[in-house]
Order: sequence, then structure tokens, then C-alpha cells
Amino acid sequence: MHKFSFSRKQLAIPYAIYLLCFVVAPLIVLIYYAFTNSNGEFTVSHLITFFSDPNTLGTLWYSLAVAIVTTLVCLLLAYPTAYILAKSNISGKSALLMVFIMPMWINFSLRITALKEILSLLEGNLAYYPFLNAVIGMTYDFLPFMILPIFNTISKLDDSLIEASRDLGADEFQAFLKVTLPLSIPGIISGVAMVFLPAMTNYVVLDMLYNSTYIMGSLIGSYFAAYDWHGGSMIALILLVLICVFTLLTRGGEEEGAGRGGVLL
Amino acid sequence: MAQATNIIELKHITKIFDDNGFAAVSDFNLEVKRGEFVTFLGPSGCGKTTTLRMIAGFDIPTEGEILLNGEDITKLPPNKRPINTVFQRYALFPHMNIYENIAFGLKQKKMPKDEITRKVKKVLELVDLEGFEHRKINTLSGGQQQRVAIARALVNEPEILLLDEPLGALDLKMRKEMQLELKAMHDELGITFIYVTHDQEEALTMSDKIVVMSEGRMQQIGTPEDIYNEPVNAFVADFIGDSNIFNGIMTGKCLARFCGAQWKCVDDIAEGTHITAVVRPEDINFTEPSKGTIQGVVTSVIFKGMHYEITVESGKNEIVIQSVYSAKIGDRVGMVVDPDNIHIMIAEDHTNFIIGSITKEYSLEYNDHVLDVDLKDLIPGSSRDSSGRLLDSNGEEIDIRRTKIQISIQPQDITMTDDIEQGLVEGYISNLIYKGDHYSYVIHTDLEQDFVVDDEYLWNMDDHVGLILPIEKMKFSVKK
Repeated sequence: MHKFSFSRKQLAIPYAIYLLCFVVAPLIVLIYYAFTNSNGEFTVSHLITFFSDPNTLGTLWYSLAVAIVTTLVCLLLAYPTAYILAKSNISGKSALLMVFIMPMWINFSLRITALKEILSLLEGNLAYYPFLNAVIGMTYDFLPFMILPIFNTISKLDDSLIEASRDLGADEFQAFLKVTLPLSIPGIISGVAMVFLPAMTNYVVLDMLYNSTYIMGSLIGSYFAAYDWHGGSMIALILLVLICVFTLLTRGGEEEGAGRGGVLL
Repeated sequence: MAQATNIIELKHITKIFDDNGFAAVSDFNLEVKRGEFVTFLGPSGCGKTTTLRMIAGFDIPTEGEILLNGEDITKLPPNKRPINTVFQRYALFPHMNIYENIAFGLKQKKMPKDEITRKVKKVLELVDLEGFEHRKINTLSGGQQQRVAIARALVNEPEILLLDEPLGALDLKMRKEMQLELKAMHDELGITFIYVTHDQEEALTMSDKIVVMSEGRMQQIGTPEDIYNEPVNAFVADFIGDSNIFNGIMTGKCLARFCGAQWKCVDDIAEGTHITAVVRPEDINFTEPSKGTIQGVVTSVIFKGMHYEITVESGKNEIVIQSVYSAKIGDRVGMVVDPDNIHIMIAEDHTNFIIGSITKEYSLEYNDHVLDVDLKDLIPGSSRDSSGRLLDSNGEEIDIRRTKIQISIQPQDITMTDDIEQGLVEGYISNLIYKGDHYSYVIHTDLEQDFVVDDEYLWNMDDHVGLILPIEKMKFSVKK
């Protein structure tokens, strides 16, 4: 009789089943719906519609704009913060880092609701500044994901490299520009990937802020809400391809820089 | 005239680190002449790297000044100094290729591009890496990276090149090669080299002048020959080469008594002076037992290639001898030493001083331990009045807060113990030197004080010990 032998491979079976049921199968369904019409016949009309409809294209550009601005704002806020945290000699460094990470531990909807109240108080009516509010909401949500990888890269930087550049005639600013900044690029890429991709697709944040801004996530949501499974699937698929391309482009940086930041995801 | 040829002078340099108050360098004075090869030599933590970093400009001295060609550069930032450094672990820029690494300093100076290319090519030839311009740093071996680091510093034609243990990460064979190459580069370029190492052989091989350092202080400065042949104290003798170190006393004109015998020497030191005698293992010769100044029995023989290392026990002393002739374990031998080869130093006074305080009950206290002595016996002319107060010779009450008792005790009177509780004070062994029939230890206590203790048994570095100070061996004096 064949004896059952337990090996490490078998430990992967539960996850393989999970993957099959909740990732591979839905993906196949998604692709199927994207390329069929309501009668179940093959068609590329949804693809053509997406790229010819000014509404959907406009939403894509708008989403890109929101994501790019959010990423830039996060980067501008996160880099100096991470740099100061990593370089200073203060004893409570890890405690200070914790302060920046802590919002991630607070319940998501509570956090956003609080933000909504604050913004309403400041702006009067949230509807006046949809773009600004979208950026503020997402920046608030994603900032720690930018700080952590940059912080990790800068803290791992060998101080003697900075000293070497100073020794070779660079002043403090030049040393930063020519050594610290180029060497923290892996962290920046990793941070950008972790902020840009969610910012492109996230719509829960905007939804909870009663934001009228229409981005890709909201667009897909509206298709599904109207029971247009086929059109919605195509948009989701296009977004998936875009994200794949972006991920491939930034993979080098992710591998080097993600470090501890990845653990918190 | 001598003033003019000094390229760099360090005057009374002291460096105390802010965060822990540790004095890394204390009152360090040095003059380096143009074109010299000077080596800072010492064990780790002796302050040699800190001194180098102050010359480079990475650390600013707490006190003292640094003069370059007679001008004060103490507080000048590193990029304004005509000095370049070769770092311990190279510190090459990983995001640049070799050309860009070497050209970094020249680009900072805004030199024309074709001149940079020419200079980089020339310096790569100097370090034997022709054609490596476009290689990446991580494709190089340790030795090649070291050469790039040297080239990157040299291409700037600095007035002084600082090298911080540059060969530490290389294997033995590579290190020997690089030593010779560095020495050749120094002779060829005529640049002043200041080199930091803990390897005494490296220092002896390469330097014009060696600065031996220990615990932040300069112990001796001199040519390699001076340092090896005429060490000024037991630390230098022990650190440079192998040595037999003995405590002794002068017994007449050029006569010293140590290791159980009277020896002729060449140092004329006053009779009765306590001395430390250093004899190099290769300077001891075997003779017939009857003809030797001292006799002993061979206890071990180790073949070392060029010579035998023979250990002889003579009385309570253990003597190490290097000889081209072998001996048999158990042989009885006589030993003689040429008077020229006996190096006599006046013994440093290692008396330990501690300060005890007086409690309200008029008992003497140190480190929260009460010492069983009567203060009346310690303070001359003191007496007790009817209410038990202690009065001084003028009949006035002694101010217990302002009167302190200084206690002194000799190194040989202190005992070390594993039983920490039993000791008056506890600490870690921070240094040890073998001195013929005993070891001399330095114990750094929790109260941040260094005790010198002589003990005939071997303890290890960093051992945690309690120190027993017998009261009958203490000498007391009053301090106000």
C-alpha cells in the first residue's frame, strides 16, 4: 500500500486551494466577462468603448492625476520626516517612529470619519474641494507606507559614505545630493509603489468622505451598481494590466527597499 | 627651521565625547614633518582612530588645536582641508562605477573633464588597475576595492593622506603585498602618510615614526628601532614584539637586580630605584648552567620555523626565549644576556588611591562599605569629647562633609575574587601584562576608577571581579 509521506510541499496545499478559489477563479471569471456580451458571445466592444468613451478615459486621467499628486505630496512629507528620524541621535527614535505608524492601528473607518469631521469644520462643505479632499484623505491614509521604506533605506546607509564624500570636498548639501539621495532611491521607489497603486484604485476613502470625485474605483463600482458586469470587468482588467506594468517597472526598487515596511502591509 | 618643515602639529588635543563623557584622547601632542610616514599604533579603544578623525575634520577636539602648515584648522570642515582619507572598510560609493568614484573629488573641484579622465587613468596605473574605469564596485575583490579607495584619495593630491586600518579586512598574503606597495607609493609620491593600525608588525615594517597609544594617551613616539629597542614603559614593551618583563631594583652603578639575580646593564640609574626590566626573547642566550647569570629548567619547546620558542622556569619566573638551537623539556640550562640588551625603565608608581568619606557615626566608608577603623587613629591630634563628637587638634568639631580620607594601597596587596559580594568594589579587567613572576592587571571599577592589581594567577580580560582591600595594608591621610 502506498504510504502517505508528509513533506514541506504539502504545507502549501491550503494556500494553493485558497489561491485557486479566490484569486485564479475570479480572475478567469473577470476575463470571461470582460470579453463577452450579455448573450455570452465573444466581443471586444467593451475594450473599444473604454478607449473611445471620453467619460471613462477622462476618469482614467483624473485617477492618474489624483494618484500622482497624492504620491508626490506623500513623498514630500515623508522624505524629510524619514531623513530626520533616521539621522538624528535622539534616544526615543523608535517611539517617535511609532507615532507616525500608529494611525495604521486605529480602525480605518473611525480614522476617516474623524478626518471627515475635521475637514467639514475647516471647509464648511466638503463638496467645494473634491480634488483637494481626495488628496488629503489618501495622503492621510497612505503616508506611513511612504515613511517606512524610506526610513529603512536611510538608516541602513553607511555613515562612512557621507564622510567619504565630505572628505573628497563635498559640503553638507552636496553630500546629501550626491550620496544620500541617490542611495535612498530604492526606498523611494518602494514607497512610491506602495502609495501610487492603492491611490489609483482606492475608492473606499473617497466614498466615506462623501467625495464626488470620480476615480477608477468609483467608476467600476458604478458599472457594477448598474449590473453592467461586462463593462465593469473590462475596466477592472485594464486597470490590472496597468498596475502589472507599473509593478514590473518598479520591481527592482521594491526588492531592495521594501524591508520592514512590507511587514506592516 | 624645524618649524617650517612641520606639515601638521597637534597641540594639547583632548576629545571628550558628549554622550558618555568618555575621554577618547587626552592631552595629545604631535608634530609631523612633510613627507613622513607616521603610524598611530595601539590596541582598539586607545584613541588612535579618534585622533585621525580629528585630523580629517570628522570630529572636533574638545580642547587643543590642530595646525596645518602653521595655520589653525581645528574647526575647519573636512571638505575645506587638503587632507584625504582611506577608510577602514573602503566606503566606496556603491551607486557609482570606479571612474565616478575616483573622479568624485576632482569633479567637486570643477576640474575640466579631459583633465579628470587623464588623472583617473594615471592613478589607476599607480594602483595597478588599468582599464577598470567602467567596472562596478561590487564586481571587485577586497584587495581591488582597497586599491580603488587609495586611488580615490590619492587622485586629489592631498598634502596628507590618512589611512584608517586600511588593510584590516584583507587576508595575510594580500596584506603583506599591500604593505610593500603602500610603502613604495609613499616613497614615490612624497605625500605625508598618517597610518592607523593595531598590528605592531605592520607599524614596524612601514613607518618612519611610530606613535604608540594607550587609553587616549601617547605612550612613546620614535623610529621603529627606538620603539622596539628602547621601550619607555612596560605597556610599550609588551605591545611591541614579545618581551620578558620583570620588576626589580637598582643595586649599584649599572647594576640591577631582577629575576633572582644581579645583572649588568647600561642604564645608570640611582641605586635603590624600583625598575622594570625588559628583555627580548631573542636576546637571551643559553650557556652551561654554571656559567649562566640565572639557571632554569626547560618546560616547553615550540618550533616556529625560523626559530624555537623555548619556555624556561627559573625560580618563580617564567622566561620565554627564542633560539635557533632546540632544547629538550626537562633540560637544566643557564642563561646570559648582553648588558646592551637589558632595557631598564624606572618603574611607574602604581599605588592605588581611593577617597573614603565619613558617616554621621564617625565611621569611614567607601562604596557603601564601612571600613573597620577608628577615625581617632587616622586624624592626627583628634580626640572625642564627652558627647562622642570628634574634635581636631584645635578642639573644634570635625566637619564630616568636608573632611575626606585618602586611602592608598599597593598593587600587590589587593586580591581579586570571583565572589563579587566579598569585595570592597567590583569591576572588569581592562588590561593585563605578564611580568615574569606575576601578572599586572588594570581593573576598571563600577565607580569609574582604575585599580592596578598584581596577582600571580592568570585571569582573563573582561573578567568580572571583586577587589579585596585588606585594611591592615591601607595607608590613610586626611584631605580637606
